[in-house]
Amino acid sequence: MRYLPKSPAERQEMLAAIGAKSIDELFSSIPDRYRLREALKIPGPYSEAEVIQYFKDRAAENSNGYTSFLGAGVYNHLRSVVTDAIIQRGEFLTSYTPYQAEITQGTLQAIFEFQTLMCQLTGQEVANASMYDGSTAMTEAVLMAERLTGRRRVLVARSVHPEYREVLKTYAKNSGLRVEEIPFTAIGTVDAKALQAALRDDVAAVVVQSPNFFGVIESHTPLAEATHASGALYVIAVAEGVSLGLVRPPAEADIVAMEGQSFGLPPSYGGPFAGVIASRDKFVRQMPGRLAGQTTDTEGRRGFVLTLATREQHIRREKATSNICTNQALCALAATVHLTLLGKEGLREMAQQNLSKAQFALSELLKIPGVRRTFDAPFFNEFVVDFPRSVKLIDAQLLREKIIGPFALGTPYPELTKRALVCVTETTTRAEIERFADALKRALEQPI
Amino acid sequence: MAYPKQYRYTKEHEWIDVKGNLATIGITDYAQHELGDVVFVELPKPGTKIEAGKSFGTVESVKAVSEIYAPVGGEVIEANTELQNTPEKINTDPHGAAWLIKVRLTDAANLSGLMDAAAYEAYIASKGKEASA
Repeated sequence: MRYLPKSPAERQEMLAAIGAKSIDELFSSIPDRYRLREALKIPGPYSEAEVIQYFKDRAAENSNGYTSFLGAGVYNHLRSVVTDAIIQRGEFLTSYTPYQAEITQGTLQAIFEFQTLMCQLTGQEVANASMYDGSTAMTEAVLMAERLTGRRRVLVARSVHPEYREVLKTYAKNSGLRVEEIPFTAIGTVDAKALQAALRDDVAAVVVQSPNFFGVIESHTPLAEATHASGALYVIAVAEGVSLGLVRPPAEADIVAMEGQSFGLPPSYGGPFAGVIASRDKFVRQMPGRLAGQTTDTEGRRGFVLTLATREQHIRREKATSNICTNQALCALAATVHLTLLGKEGLREMAQQNLSKAQFALSELLKIPGVRRTFDAPFFNEFVVDFPRSVKLIDAQLLREKIIGPFALGTPYPELTKRALVCVTETTTRAEIERFADALKRALEQPI
Repeated sequence: MAYPKQYRYTKEHEWIDVKGNLATIGITDYAQHELGDVVFVELPKPGTKIEAGKSFGTVESVKAVSEIYAPVGGEVIEANTELQNTPEKINTDPHGAAWLIKVRLTDAANLSGLMDAAAYEAYIASKGKEASA
């Protein structure tokens, strides 16, 4: 599909074909008060040279040479040029929606392979073609649990990404779903006693993230057992997919909701990303969104289709399982290419580097007077430390030295002021970690 | 396929067979034919209260997912669990083995709004004409 300008002659030709004299006549059925009479408030028109200059100027605004210790749900990982080369092929980049199975075999096969990879990573039996991002995937997982159990109460760990919880609350606000938070313990894990106390036979789902927002790895087994004993479904959210290279797949979950950004998608401005929903075969009819399926054609050859589409909005209207009617096909393709390039060993090696470098960074930071570890629990590539002063002030000082500092937890968690969430990935070098520790030490020594 | 004389029928193409205060409910041959190959049925659990005119489940075919509407109000005493594994029975024996639920009627069943077999056959014949008109 190409976007081409229409000349006045072409407009006239089209109007003549329809049988309208003018654009005004064509739109005459729209009441006058809804018609826009003034020109759209957009700049231009620009010439080709002006458009190129505009984008050059914008590109020049990008910051270069910075080292980042910011994670909090979006992670800076290595990406291969191969990923971009493949997703920029016209067959993938410009094709929109794969409704016509017979002419979109490549797109459908790519989606099917994405689903297969997501099942392998999550230890689940079926995964969909992707959601918008981790936050909508988690919310859809909760709505799925609501449909499956017929219950209206949801228990969400407070250690789940604050923005994921915000998205869930937005959906719940007018739908009668009751969302309650389960606190975290002194070591940053889900408070199992509080969970047990809140579990009754009206709970649809318990949502736990691991590694959680503080980077801490949760022990799912006892939490899942308590959840299942009450007849609720256990939903595991994963914001940092690379952790699955090392930690056990979240097989205890009835539904897994994951952010796929870590698999070959750049942080950008916070998107576009790709969300993942994976679950059990027996729950597939309540799964939102698209599913690609493998089948055979009339001649016995392998082929791919969109399957179970009867649950979807374009067919079932307001009774659809979800209001999502599309997927992040290009981002899911990037994840598929990225993971295929890495392979099982590559992903494990990448995860191992994250863990080792984060451990090293923690040990370096703990040498600084006044810096203490907040949560004494196993973590992956993020950890929380106490600063003796405001994290935001420190971050402002670090930025002058071209260091993007840690996330200030005090904003979403008032109880965690002066706590910094530090992220270290395989992209961070030993020298950069040492430079960060040194800059932090100097920043803390400065008089307030 | 013949439409049993003792059944009553709805405009939404369900049938109901009332015996005393118990009723069996299914979908008609016309409905299964319109739906095409049925691949899945979603039915209420025993104990569920159903209300006349309200949806109590869904039938999914390769083409669409359709609501099933209750011809009468009552309490579900049994759902046809056989259909979980053999939903295609709805296509082959919709008026017999592929019944959907058995219901205990809440009060004297109000069947006055429903059609008998002759009226239903006339109704679907007129729908056929509409479609071809």
